[in-house]
Amino acid sequence: MIKFLLGRLMQGILVLFTLYTITFFLAKAMPGEPFTSEKNVSAETKANIRKLYGLDRPLWEQYYVYPKNIITEGSLGISTSKGRPVKDIIAQSFPNSLILGLCALGFAVGIGIPIGVLSAVRKNSWVDWSCMGIAMIGICVPSFTIGPLLQIYLAAHLPGLKVAGWGSPQDVILPAFTLGLVSAAYLARLTRGGILEVLSQDFVRTAQAKGLSPSKVIIKHSLRGGLIPAVAYLGPAFAALISGSFIVETIFQVPGMGQHFVNAATTRDEFLLLGISLFFGFLIVVMNLIADLLTGFLDPRVRIADNPE
Amino acid sequence: MKVPFLAEVVLLLTCASLMNSCSERTAVEQATEEGILIIGNTSEPKGLDPHIVSGVLESNVIRALFEGLVEGHPSKDGVALPGVAEKWYPVDEKRPDEWVFELRKDAQWSDGAPLTADDFLFSFRRLLTPELASDYSFMLYYVRDAEPYHKSQRSYLLSRKDANFTTEWWASLKEIDFGPNEEAPEDSFNFKGLDFLTAKELEAIQGNPNLFTWPKGVSAQIRTRLLKKNLAFAKSGKDLWDLIDFGATAPDPHTLKIKLNSPLPFLPEITKHYTWYPVPRHAVLKHGKIGDRFTAWTKPENLVCNGAFFLKSWRFNDHIEVARNPRYWDEENVGLNGIRYLPISNLYTEARMYYDGQMHVTYSLAPELIEHSRQNYSADLRNELYLGTYFIRTNVTHEPFTDSRVRLAFSLSLDQESLIQNVLKGGQKPAGGLVPPFGDYPAAKQVRFDPKLARELLAEAGFPNGEGLPDIEFLTTDKETSKAVAEALQSMWKEHLGATIKIKQLEWTSYITSMFDKDYDLAAGGWIGDYLDPLTFLDMWMKGTGNNRTGWHSEEFERLLAQAAETGKPQDRYDILSQAESLFLKERPILPVYWYTRNYLLRPEVKGWHPLVLDNHPYKFIRLESSPTMKKEG
Amino acid sequence: MPEGPASEFEQGSSLWKDARHRMGQNKFAMGSLCVLGLMILLCFAMAWFCKDPNKVNLVNKFAAPSEEHWFGTDALGRDLFARILYGGQVSILVGLIATAVSVAIGIIYGAISGFIGGKTDAVLMRIVDTLLAIPFLVLVIVLQATLSNFSGEVTQWIVDSWGWDKQFTSRLTNVVPLFFALGLLGWLTLSRIVRAQVLAIKEREFVEAAVALGYSKSRILFRHVIPNVLGPTIVYSTLTVPGFIMYEAILSFLGLGVESPNSSWGVLIKEGANFLETEIQLLLLPGLFFSLTLFSLNFLGDGLRDALDVKASKD
Repeated sequence: MIKFLLGRLMQGILVLFTLYTITFFLAKAMPGEPFTSEKNVSAETKANIRKLYGLDRPLWEQYYVYPKNIITEGSLGISTSKGRPVKDIIAQSFPNSLILGLCALGFAVGIGIPIGVLSAVRKNSWVDWSCMGIAMIGICVPSFTIGPLLQIYLAAHLPGLKVAGWGSPQDVILPAFTLGLVSAAYLARLTRGGILEVLSQDFVRTAQAKGLSPSKVIIKHSLRGGLIPAVAYLGPAFAALISGSFIVETIFQVPGMGQHFVNAATTRDEFLLLGISLFFGFLIVVMNLIADLLTGFLDPRVRIADNPE
Repeated sequence: MKVPFLAEVVLLLTCASLMNSCSERTAVEQATEEGILIIGNTSEPKGLDPHIVSGVLESNVIRALFEGLVEGHPSKDGVALPGVAEKWYPVDEKRPDEWVFELRKDAQWSDGAPLTADDFLFSFRRLLTPELASDYSFMLYYVRDAEPYHKSQRSYLLSRKDANFTTEWWASLKEIDFGPNEEAPEDSFNFKGLDFLTAKELEAIQGNPNLFTWPKGVSAQIRTRLLKKNLAFAKSGKDLWDLIDFGATAPDPHTLKIKLNSPLPFLPEITKHYTWYPVPRHAVLKHGKIGDRFTAWTKPENLVCNGAFFLKSWRFNDHIEVARNPRYWDEENVGLNGIRYLPISNLYTEARMYYDGQMHVTYSLAPELIEHSRQNYSADLRNELYLGTYFIRTNVTHEPFTDSRVRLAFSLSLDQESLIQNVLKGGQKPAGGLVPPFGDYPAAKQVRFDPKLARELLAEAGFPNGEGLPDIEFLTTDKETSKAVAEALQSMWKEHLGATIKIKQLEWTSYITSMFDKDYDLAAGGWIGDYLDPLTFLDMWMKGTGNNRTGWHSEEFERLLAQAAETGKPQDRYDILSQAESLFLKERPILPVYWYTRNYLLRPEVKGWHPLVLDNHPYKFIRLESSPTMKKEG
Repeated sequence: MPEGPASEFEQGSSLWKDARHRMGQNKFAMGSLCVLGLMILLCFAMAWFCKDPNKVNLVNKFAAPSEEHWFGTDALGRDLFARILYGGQVSILVGLIATAVSVAIGIIYGAISGFIGGKTDAVLMRIVDTLLAIPFLVLVIVLQATLSNFSGEVTQWIVDSWGWDKQFTSRLTNVVPLFFALGLLGWLTLSRIVRAQVLAIKEREFVEAAVALGYSKSRILFRHVIPNVLGPTIVYSTLTVPGFIMYEAILSFLGLGVESPNSSWGVLIKEGANFLETEIQLLLLPGLFFSLTLFSLNFLGDGLRDALDVKASKD
């Protein structure tokens, strides 16, 4: 197990380095520079700014300076668009995204999986159809529509809820609902599919033939294997949820991390872009590792460790 | 770190439903009682250092924290009230190229340190320090010798006192890459510019002259002399500041004298811009050197300022709050206890927050919501003329816009009224010219809608009914509103001229880059005036100016602008500028469409907020009705 | 386990036949199929008969539904019904093709990764991790910058050498980079789901039996493993269709995708969402078409899943 984890750690570092390389060259390939603006910026001023951020150095030097600074100084650079260290930006915005993401995840798992199980058990009944109908609404209605609808028809009329803002605890309700809705719908449908798959397997039928009660069959036998697709989906989805969403954050005025992905790209803020991409890559690596471990736990027959043949 | 918060969430989620019964006050009601103005400010500021930022949203906060030489008038455009300066006047009324500002003796910083003319001199020098890399330094270029210092024009400063230095001699050197040449190969010395080379690099050139590409006409003698001078200076380790004769001086701690390059009757207007604001020398130097950009002096716990308010709290991407500055010289006349700025980038969210009673003033209002607000919040809806013009750049280096008749035809076929009424809906004004109407400047009425004449001109240019016109690319941004405008214009050109327009939407930086690379036929654009003078709209169309980007230039136009620069009498100057504008419109390298208006929502309890074309409302005059601090006792 | 060569043959041939039979039995799925067919017919055939979707009439903006304009008009006075039908062409194509591409890549990639396992699995999955973390918007901006001029040249070349209609060709060449961008990243999560399933399946008895019988790896993979993971795959891939359609809208605003004034469902919904307070029909009507299509697509997917359920067939 320890060997497995160590291996994954090494692979993770490799992933992050590859990710860094790709993102670095993509960022350089974007048209424009961090200080491209409508205003009249003289060549001298541009040269000054380039020098300030080290963008006047040769490309290969810029390429190795960034990872070097991460290792030696723990610095992710200074954001050109926000004028503050990237590390500070992540430190200030990630906790908000984490809270929002965890609430959204809680909602998605708490609603999505039970609905999926219910649907699978009552397959092709009106319960199934109405559950799946609700799930489909969650998938069809994009968050940039559901968010404003909640603002106009719910928040504006309920005294406890604000249209937008991030000051008091109940402010998390609407954005978490909006953010989690799609995941809840995905989970519901994936769980249903996964459980139906397991229910038709021989060992479950054996259990049923032995006269076990249906609920026992589901909990003891089907839920574990049936959750495999849902868990595989949750790895990347969880990383995405806790790293924030541009749309949900701008609609509900949440000071989270998602907006920086978009702003860094549109303002050519290279260091912010590299910093948050690496951070997100780190989350992905960790979450997928957890998902793989969970899969092994759910279905003991799956051997997670690398088994060279 | 946020675990208690998380626990609270769970707890309060259950309580939320119970809270419905108690009648809560809205955020605005509570803030009004506390005398705090809540205001939408689109986005998170880049910073609060007046010398580093360059945006409107930053300036909105900075204007509360700092005060310049003069203060804006709450309701009149172009009128200056005393700020740090009590009195100001040109030395010579007829030729206002030298000004005196008498500073108030009781001026002080928020930490109690006295504010003197030295603080201003320090601030000017800091703004011009190349290492600070401020991108708004050019606002100080009016001051004598500010430009050569900021641009590090070493060769010029070293040679101008040279006996051989004559205008012709200097003109013969114009081709040398003293400054950075972005077209030169990267890593070459020409790319850096002669003025920016280090002693080591200069010595290398002395050893091998081929390392720097000299233009043909420059004699070997001049080369050696330039190299020698530059090298000697580079080796001396001195700062260029010692070489210049800077225009701003302080004869005594409370007098500031400013010598300009040319007469500037509207200098007080320019000093309202935040680049001219003083920064506290003692506080800045405590946290770093003069040219250090990322220092801690603007952090809430360190920031020292001189305006009506001081920085109280700053939660990244959530809000900035400023509070009444007790050391402000005019503190008893400040109407607010504080201002809270919200960085709301989503226009629709902002409006909905306003409707929900969460703020006093919105930054803007989405066109889709103007009608809705007019019906439901008619008393709150503001619609004010703004000093800005929306126009379309034509690329005069691309067919068919090389022909001014084609440009005119495209301009004449724009139904400005219909666009404003049906698409924009914000009460914008059809642009009759480039410079929006303000003050005494005679607004042009040359641009109009005349499809018949447009078709005639197009036929004259060789494209009857649009036959033979190539497909034309119209560059615009990724906003929904720009898309709607582009589609409306597209159909107008199709209908009136028979032209086929391809709309190309790009996100902001790609759009700017495409425009700067002249990779477009037509491009949506706009310009907001930096200060209250027609020049802010006209001088960008000179040859080689960073914002021209149309490929158009005219010697006559530039001659008129140069003539205006030497004219001291305001009315004569306006007449010359108006001539220049008229000439520009005859050529029409850009197609003016409309003059901007500002649409926003303002609650009735906000008093002292009047329409201003630059939209810089001086906060000290704003009051909130039913605010307990209207009159301070004792 | 009766997984001998003979029964294997029997199962292989009857899987699809059985599936078709069971699909026919499933009224819900058949109904969905009809709705979907109708929608495709409406968008691709009927569209020729309706009004010009790009005819602007500013004075007649936000007109109420009438005989002239069945669904009323939009903010620039264009016929909404025509815009929805024409927009459907783009969206249905994008949704189906991008899904097909990403499903094909995702299944094969995930199945190979899970089935072979070991070092191959580690490498393939770490590639997925890397691609998942690449900032999508940056990729789009770069693609836009590099491909837009290229697509113009391709258009010109096709027009010159094959004599195609220019308008039509440029619409086509504009959407191709879009498929490229979407297809490139759309399969990532799917491949992880497939892999997780394959890992579970490969330990099952019938696969072990096939291995014991000495079948080649590729035969086992394609004949035994992949058919058994099709269920969850179909469910997941029908879920990704709305995502692709919405991504198309975002990309269109960034200059990759449909070119104004042409439209798509995603673009119509995105624009309509700004009129929530005032003209909500601009959101609801395109949203209705969009949802109807997705509902039927998903129920069809469910039907397919049930039909392909190998074990259930033995009931």
